[in-house]
Amino acid sequence: MSLSHPSPIRKAKNTAAMAAMGLALVVALIPLVSILWTVILKGAKDFNAYFLTHSMRNVAEQQDSGGAYHAILGTLEQVGIAAAITIPLSLLVAIYLVEYGRGRLAQAVTFFVDVMMGLPSIVAGLFILSFWILGLGYQVSGFAASLALLILMMPVAIRSTEEMLRLVSPALREASYALGVPKWRTIVKVVLPTALPGIVTGMMLGIARIMGETAPVLLLVGAANSINGNPFSDPQGSLPLFVFNESQNSLQAAIDRGWAAALTLIIIVMLLNLFARLIAWWKAPAAAR
Amino acid sequence: MAKRIDVSGLSAYYGSVRAIEDISLTVEPRTVTAFIGPSGCGKSTVLRTLNRMHEVIPGTRVEGKVMLDDVDLYGAGIDPVAVRRTIGMVFQRPNPFPTMSIYENVAAGLRLNGVRGKSDTDGIVEQSLRGANLWNEVKDRLNKPGMGLSGGQQQRLCIARAIAVSPDVLLMDEPCSALDPISTLAIEDLIAQLKNEYTIVIVTHNMQQAARVSDRTAFFNIEGTGKPGKLIEIDDTPRIFANPSQRATEDYITGRFG
Ligand SMILES: Nc1ncnc2c1ncn2[C@@H]1O[C@H](COP(=O)(O)OP(=O)(O)O)[C@@H](O)[C@H]1O
Ligand SMILES: [Mg+2]
Repeated sequence: MSLSHPSPIRKAKNTAAMAAMGLALVVALIPLVSILWTVILKGAKDFNAYFLTHSMRNVAEQQDSGGAYHAILGTLEQVGIAAAITIPLSLLVAIYLVEYGRGRLAQAVTFFVDVMMGLPSIVAGLFILSFWILGLGYQVSGFAASLALLILMMPVAIRSTEEMLRLVSPALREASYALGVPKWRTIVKVVLPTALPGIVTGMMLGIARIMGETAPVLLLVGAANSINGNPFSDPQGSLPLFVFNESQNSLQAAIDRGWAAALTLIIIVMLLNLFARLIAWWKAPAAAR
Repeated sequence: MAKRIDVSGLSAYYGSVRAIEDISLTVEPRTVTAFIGPSGCGKSTVLRTLNRMHEVIPGTRVEGKVMLDDVDLYGAGIDPVAVRRTIGMVFQRPNPFPTMSIYENVAAGLRLNGVRGKSDTDGIVEQSLRGANLWNEVKDRLNKPGMGLSGGQQQRLCIARAIAVSPDVLLMDEPCSALDPISTLAIEDLIAQLKNEYTIVIVTHNMQQAARVSDRTAFFNIEGTGKPGKLIEIDDTPRIFANPSQRATEDYITGRFG
């Protein structure tokens, strides 16, 4: 047996494996890059300050004018409300499941989170439609869309927060207990800060997911063409819905607007991601920086 | 304020499994007591019953009495959180808080318990770091992360963190087993100093270490897997190592088993 050189067979296997991995990487990147490329290429035409600051009020379909401001505002408000409710709620649920949950109740909650995880978005929309609008008699509004979106974000946020909390080493909790720190303070001051970067990332993934949801919004938001800053009454616009509607049109002016709106949506999601990374970096365990 | 620990008829359970049975021993103030014995004989479990850390694990239970001077730690109306503030603990693996700086780690016990006042804290942090023989090594980088220190320094940081809340007793569970020989010596020197102010109980796998640092040594053993651990004997350290009264102790110390 020789200790000097790797055998030719092992070398060949290594080369083959490297080639296969490289190929897989390229194949996985093709759709991603081509989507980005197409959206940037086609969306750049209409994407400008005017587009970002004007609505579609009094703009005829064939006119090469108008913008997505009403839709951007609507989406930011709808997603903002959904996130503002979901983040604290899912944080509390995840803390309960990881730190306190034992027995039947915890099992039931875990089960429902799993079920909600697989809930099709159109079903969430239909549920709010039948419960909130047909049942309780409210009108379509941004808030109705928020309700459907928070149903979709909740399981993602709970599950990812749960995973992050479970990753915090029991040794840290014990270190804190051994200093005579009560359990709740240990959770707030030691466990949460340690898990924070991961939690923030998980929340952002949840937000990014609901930001592009079209189906529930389609049923609930009313698709206004003009600016409505009040999510609690009257129809609002929405970015994914705007993209959908414009792309259904056969007129080139409308299709261009659709691409520009799609580009806007991608940029907003990317900005949010960047923001999350900044927070994660800023709050990361100091040694990891 | 060092205090005396008096354990009598102590048993501890994990679920329905009894890990230690009928332990009785006394630890005098301002002494170092070493717990030795083969793995799994319940040294850590006994140690963790002394500051009520045992019950942090779900499904655990303790029977018997642990007196700290004249207070029964398992008596009615005793707050386990307050007990842990009085009896500090250092663990096998150094476990500084990863989100905190060196300074914040030492101040953690005070801050997490809601004590405020900057100048006070500064003084306590310096005093604790000096007490842990770490001050000179870190005084210029108090705001750097605690995780950036070497393993031995991290362990001394954890000791500083433990003494910053001025406990009466310090429990150490194999504090050197993850450290190199130089860091181990540094910790042993430190233990010799801390003895002047604290009652110390240390679990160790290292016989020489027990002989070097402790005044009294307790030998624990188990009859077999699944059986509860028992205290075989406790005596002055020189006696335990020179002529123990039990055959099992002698066998263990001379390396005939374990
Ligand atoms: N968290 C735990 N859950 C269940 N059993 C445990 C746990 N920790 C320790 N034990 C059991 O208790 C016994 C004593 O363990 P331990 O006190 O850690 O021994 P030592 O520190 O002397 O090695 C062992 O049989 C061990 O398996
Ligand atoms: Mg142990």
